[in-house]
Amino acid sequence: MVHLPSIPSRNGSDNCADPALVMSVDDLSASYNGAPALHSVSFDVYRGERVGIVGPNGAGKSTLFKAIVGLLPHHGSISIQGASCRQSHTMVGYVPQHEAIDWKFPATVWDVVMMGRARQIGYILPPRKRDRHAVRAALERVGLWGLRRRQIGELSGGQRRRVFVARALAQQASVLLLDEPFSGVDAQAETEIFDVLDVLREEGVAVLLATHNLAQAATHYDKLMMINGGRMLAFGPPQQVYTPANLATTFGDRIALWQDGDQYIMIADKPCHDHDDYQHAHSHARPF
Amino acid sequence: MIVLAASLGTLLKEGWAVLMHNIDVLLLEPLTYPLLARSMEAAIIVGIISGVLGTYVVVRGMAFFGDALAHAILPGVAFMYQRTNGRTDDLFWGGLAAGILSALGIGFLTRHEKIKEDTAIGVVFAASFALGIAMISRIDNYAGDLTHILFGQILGVSQSNLNLIRLFGLGVLAVVALCYKEFMIISFDPTLARTLRMPSELFRLLLLVLIAVTIVVSLQTVGIALMVALLVTPAATANLMTRRLLPMMLVSALIGAASSIIGFYVSYHQDIATGPAIVLTATAIFVFVFVEQQVIRALLDLGQGARQRRLHPAGDSPH
Repeated sequence: MVHLPSIPSRNGSDNCADPALVMSVDDLSASYNGAPALHSVSFDVYRGERVGIVGPNGAGKSTLFKAIVGLLPHHGSISIQGASCRQSHTMVGYVPQHEAIDWKFPATVWDVVMMGRARQIGYILPPRKRDRHAVRAALERVGLWGLRRRQIGELSGGQRRRVFVARALAQQASVLLLDEPFSGVDAQAETEIFDVLDVLREEGVAVLLATHNLAQAATHYDKLMMINGGRMLAFGPPQQVYTPANLATTFGDRIALWQDGDQYIMIADKPCHDHDDYQHAHSHARPF
Repeated sequence: MIVLAASLGTLLKEGWAVLMHNIDVLLLEPLTYPLLARSMEAAIIVGIISGVLGTYVVVRGMAFFGDALAHAILPGVAFMYQRTNGRTDDLFWGGLAAGILSALGIGFLTRHEKIKEDTAIGVVFAASFALGIAMISRIDNYAGDLTHILFGQILGVSQSNLNLIRLFGLGVLAVVALCYKEFMIISFDPTLARTLRMPSELFRLLLLVLIAVTIVVSLQTVGIALMVALLVTPAATANLMTRRLLPMMLVSALIGAASSIIGFYVSYHQDIATGPAIVLTATAIFVFVFVEQQVIRALLDLGQGARQRRLHPAGDSPH
């Protein structure tokens, strides 16, 4: 029984000109519990792009996602385009933080992925053949077909995240928002997640991924967004964005940078309260 | 030898006859009274629908809501009680109105994140229950009637009452069947419901109303005070035994119905109040399943341990 406010209407039907443009966010502001939490954010996302959203805890990463999904009241426009401009409602997939999901829920891998088909199935009706085909295809794509009868709580950390990626595929989302998928996972799961992100790229699904893993940020994303205090501080390809100046403004005194030859050594030794940050501390950044 | 076999045969035959006779007396005789047969049917319907709706109560963690909602229908029952002098059909409608209003009220109240859900429930429903008691306490000799409302009075199920229970019971099951997919999504992942642009708030309120209807239908069988047990215990047992929502629902309904039937007979033969007998039966089934699973798990662990010790005599665990 979560409080879910009504969704403001979208004006995403007028711009179909650029087929590669998947999502266009313009002047987006949102408030959280009455307090402004996101200030005038604008950016574009293209087909198959992988955008890393970096910032300390409380920077506004989750707020940005919730505003895009429509979970928070917001101003500004978000237009989402896929194959058809009219169907934008099913075009965004959202994977909440791991802790927000009830892993004991009596549902199998199959059941969870089938949930993504609800809109295509329609109200009241049961799933049809094409829905079962879509679920099967999605499960095979992420390598979980063999585990489809498992209850979701019986999966490993990497498998759990793959289930939700499969659901986004079954949903035929053109944008997938992943909120901290790397928090609390081991190296094995991290590899699995990146593998499945490659699948999404092949399928042309754009991914927005909130993370505070700075070590990955330089290498694993097509674009980076630096965010703090609800403001977008930088957005663009990592070579342009991942600079000491930007890191310093984004993380403030939580991060220390030293130059060592052509390498920067970055020490985040005053991290946030989240224990996950600990594992990312003392990571050596690659040359900028 | 032959004589022995023959006498054994007669012994068995006689034993069988005695058993059959007892089954007749134990199980069938109560049902020859129309009143008891009606009560039994009502109890079975209640067991099934509270088992089905209880599945949502358990997976959504709404046990406190269910308990509170059951108490909150009291003012409606008390209001009709004052007006009609305790006709059970009218109590049903009073309870139904109060139940639906309370469910919707709490639904709207919990939309605001400033009030925590359990706090809102605690405030509203306790007040509502107090109001009901206050209303009933103005009637002379109210204690007996209050007892029936609180703890159920299944033997007062009239034919028209049973018809209402049948109608609303079927209605609840029909809505669950139609909205199964949507209820599952809003229970597991409300965010997905939002991204799919489902009217999730509407479905949530519908589910709350269905729980209210279930409670009112069950009012006569177990009463207000024990209602939460019917919503939670069979579903909790089913949760231990299954791993998908639909099987959990079916097993829960089966356990609910079985608890009603067994509880009903125990109540009849041992002269125990029916509501508590049904609830205690459901609890016994839960305890049995829980303990059985613990024992099986322990035995499996033991077997695995022994096998590992055989395979790795040094005592090193392979992990």
